[in-house]
Amino acid sequence: MGGLAHYLEGDGLATTQISLIREHSERMRPPRALWVPFELGRPIGVPDDAVFQTRVVMAALDLLSAEEGPVLADYPEDAPEADDITGWSCPINLAPLMDEAETKAQRLGAAFDDEIGRLRPWHDLAVEARGRTTVGASGLEIDAAGRFIAACLERELPASPRPELSTPEVLRLACDDVKAFYLEAAAAQPGRASSHDLAEWFWGTTTAAKVIVALRALCVDNEDKGLRGLVGILVPRAQLHRIG
Amino acid sequence: MVRLSQLAEPFRTHLLELPCPTFESEPWVPGPAVERSRVAIISTAGLHRRDDRPYSIGATDYRIVPGETAAADVVMSHVSSNFDRSGFQQDINVVFPIDRLRELAARDAIGSVAGYHYSVMGATTPEQMEPAAHEMAGLLKADGVDAVLLVPI
Repeated sequence: MGGLAHYLEGDGLATTQISLIREHSERMRPPRALWVPFELGRPIGVPDDAVFQTRVVMAALDLLSAEEGPVLADYPEDAPEADDITGWSCPINLAPLMDEAETKAQRLGAAFDDEIGRLRPWHDLAVEARGRTTVGASGLEIDAAGRFIAACLERELPASPRPELSTPEVLRLACDDVKAFYLEAAAAQPGRASSHDLAEWFWGTTTAAKVIVALRALCVDNEDKGLRGLVGILVPRAQLHRIG
Repeated sequence: MVRLSQLAEPFRTHLLELPCPTFESEPWVPGPAVERSRVAIISTAGLHRRDDRPYSIGATDYRIVPGETAAADVVMSHVSSNFDRSGFQQDINVVFPIDRLRELAARDAIGSVAGYHYSVMGATTPEQMEPAAHEMAGLLKADGVDAVLLVPI
């Protein structure tokens, strides 16, 4: 982000930016930066809180009035924690995790398909409530995305369903769509789930996560360069402890 | 709450050791009066319209997000899985505060909102983004923009 600020300012445009990692801004010295103490992925702080968001945006814009720089200011307000960050659990009875002897690709794929089906009503409610879904980067319907991911666990990689994208590229996007589908569905259920709750639920209990972890294992040392490139992408670093 | 010191290892060290280029010069353009500024957003969240091309690993290009784009038409194809996406799923403004800018313009707290906004995929190194940055600068000026709000992910 700081690099873009340097280039744009060099081209004659005044910039101001949000900084999520203060140490990076200290090193890169962009012209104007507002460091915010928010979670990665939430640079404006709090979803569905227009008043809070406006305060953050205005604090960043106010740096435009600085007479000289670089300016690195600290935003003084933390994002409020969820009301109950430990009490949430997904009430849907998902398929129990299978033991290692049962993790053959076809059985895993079937359990995955079943799981998507059971979350669908909640995802429908999420779309109704939010008026949108962020599922769709792969261009596949969620059932097709699930089947494509499961097929990638088989011995032979399926052809890409999108001619302009490689199979590994579609695989990455399909995994992101599945994660989005699950998180949107889970967030629609009763209770207030924090981002931490949702991540723990997804990576700790779902068959989808088990499928993605299996895919990651398949990508390690794979002869396909595109698949090898997914090793560091499919599973968040914060969840790698789940992999033996 | 997220301060680097509070993140778990090895993710904390990974973030701390990400390459950050330094620059020989520190360009500075005097900022416009905020209440008269025309503001555009550039997000590094890997956002794009639903029917636009997704980002690839190492992408050095940008996507245009026209100002009137509906939130329902925006998806994310950033390659990293190391940040929360549930906030974006709930409310686009937590990463791309377009509604907040519209409200600020409506009450004259800023001059106007740009006709076009941009997104890039922030996992690419800053140096590799330089050509795209210069291209966006030209486009932003043509749109009359004089203040750019840069939003990381």
